[in-house]
Amino acid sequence: MSAKPPLLEVKDLAVSYGSLRAVKGISLEVHEGEIVTLMGANGAGKSSILSALSGLTPFQGTVRFDGQDLRRVPADRIVALGMAHVPEGRGIFGDLTVRENLRLATWIRHDREGIRADTERVLDRFPRLRDRLEQPGGTLSGGEQQMLAVARALMSRAKLLLLDEPSMGLSPVLVREIFGILQEINRQGVTLLLVEQNANMALRIASRGYVLETGQVAFSGASGDLRSDPRVRKAYLGG
Amino acid sequence: MVYFLQQTLNALQLGSLYALIALGYTMVYGILRLINFAHGDLFMVGAFAAFGIAAWLGWPFVPTLLLSMAAVAALGVLIERLAYKPLRQAPKMSAVITALGVGIFLEHLMLVFNPYPRHMPELMPVHLWTVGRLSLSSHQVLIIGLSLVLMLILDWVVMRTKLGLAMRAIAWNGRIVPLMGVPVNRVISATFAMGAALGAAAGTLYAMAYPVIDPYMGVLVGWKAFIAAVVGGIGNVRGAVLGGFILAGVEIGVAAFLPTTYRDFISFGLLLVLLVVRPHGLLGRPRLEKV
Ligand SMILES: Nc1ncnc2c1ncn2[C@@H]1O[C@H](COP(=O)(O)OP(=O)(O)OP(=O)(O)O)[C@@H](O)[C@H]1O
Ligand SMILES: [Mg+2]
Repeated sequence: MSAKPPLLEVKDLAVSYGSLRAVKGISLEVHEGEIVTLMGANGAGKSSILSALSGLTPFQGTVRFDGQDLRRVPADRIVALGMAHVPEGRGIFGDLTVRENLRLATWIRHDREGIRADTERVLDRFPRLRDRLEQPGGTLSGGEQQMLAVARALMSRAKLLLLDEPSMGLSPVLVREIFGILQEINRQGVTLLLVEQNANMALRIASRGYVLETGQVAFSGASGDLRSDPRVRKAYLGG
Repeated sequence: MVYFLQQTLNALQLGSLYALIALGYTMVYGILRLINFAHGDLFMVGAFAAFGIAAWLGWPFVPTLLLSMAAVAALGVLIERLAYKPLRQAPKMSAVITALGVGIFLEHLMLVFNPYPRHMPELMPVHLWTVGRLSLSSHQVLIIGLSLVLMLILDWVVMRTKLGLAMRAIAWNGRIVPLMGVPVNRVISATFAMGAALGAAAGTLYAMAYPVIDPYMGVLVGWKAFIAAVVGGIGNVRGAVLGGFILAGVEIGVAAFLPTTYRDFISFGLLLVLLVVRPHGLLGRPRLEKV
């Protein structure tokens, strides 16, 4: 019996901006059903990796998702394959209402009934959004925008969510709430690749992690091992 | 009073045409932050397309209008693909200058085939109704009515359809729109097609109302429609319509009281003052900065 191939398989991924090499050949794997976290200091290259995976940024190396080589697949087709990227800063369209933000994410879908049912489902999951359906996205609080960003990604029926610092700028209570929801989403079968600076929170819900330093993987392993690794503790877990 | 009503009708007719053209400027600007200075010339090509279809094929109004709109829509898309798309990452000024160049190219291409002004054949008979001393022509009704219908359709597309959502999302933050599964290039093409088609409709109607057409007809009208779009708040669809009617109202108002040679001087002066007071235009607003 051979194990199932990983849902996402990244080999020697490199991203350059002009002469700046932001990501210098990293490899990682995410298996179906996992929560994997990608940690690292500011400028380590975390967002660049996610942008490469979702097709926003050109890259070198190979990326396989669900058996498909993603080289030269445009970003909008990658969404259709089942990968959704919740970008850094949430990427809410400020003068579209909450409802319109959700609807836009169903561009690739044509199953009216399924869309309606999924809208109800995500609104049940994020009741605060239900109360604000007709409000412009730009008027939501940071936490509400983060919820909308996750809700929107769910509307595309993604198998894999790429989340770029969902805890950024949120109060500890809200971070716990959002991480709880992420865990729940994962239990329902969605795989998560979670970029975080909040290593404590991230390692709590992830099964494995990668630690990035200046565009390279410095450490990787099971969450428990990373949490007890003195080097990781010193750099990312506050001693 | 009758005089006032008569002038109002004239202003509504002219305003409808300005508004239709202004929409093309504002849509393209909204989505690409590009001032498509070739747009006035698309209006001109629309008039000539209608002329060609009517003169050589002898088609009646409706198919003439539709074919002119379709042909110019295709031209608009082609121009975007060939001339603007390669410059999308270049400084905005390069694309703006390219647009000016495309406009001059279109004018002179038309000049090759039409060295003299053309007289537009009648696409449909004109009825004239008079109520007291007020006279209303069927062309006026057609122009105002059809423009209104087209504007309502456009407003519906922009505000209610997924395509419209995508256009507004690109206007807000185009970089991440692909993450929604939206093929941005196709949305941009659709935007150019719609703007160009509206310009061609304006060209066709304009040629019916003012039946002598020449390859430079789009220059001044284009500038005026562009200014109407700016006055309304460029990037804002309803603003473009409002700006078109305001500009026409001011022009006709000025011409009613002063020699026509003063018209453009005074109306543009007034608009400049308005822009000093409201730099983002009437319905434009400085955007709520995104987080
Ligand atoms: N569009 C760009 N053009 C040029 N350089 C860029 C661009 N995007 C990122 N960089 C550079 O690439 C490096 C990695 O950036 P990236 O945003 O991937 O880091 P990050 O790990 O996500 O950081 P943070 O935690 O601050 O979000 C940085 O040095 C950054 O300045
Ligand atoms: Mg980042």
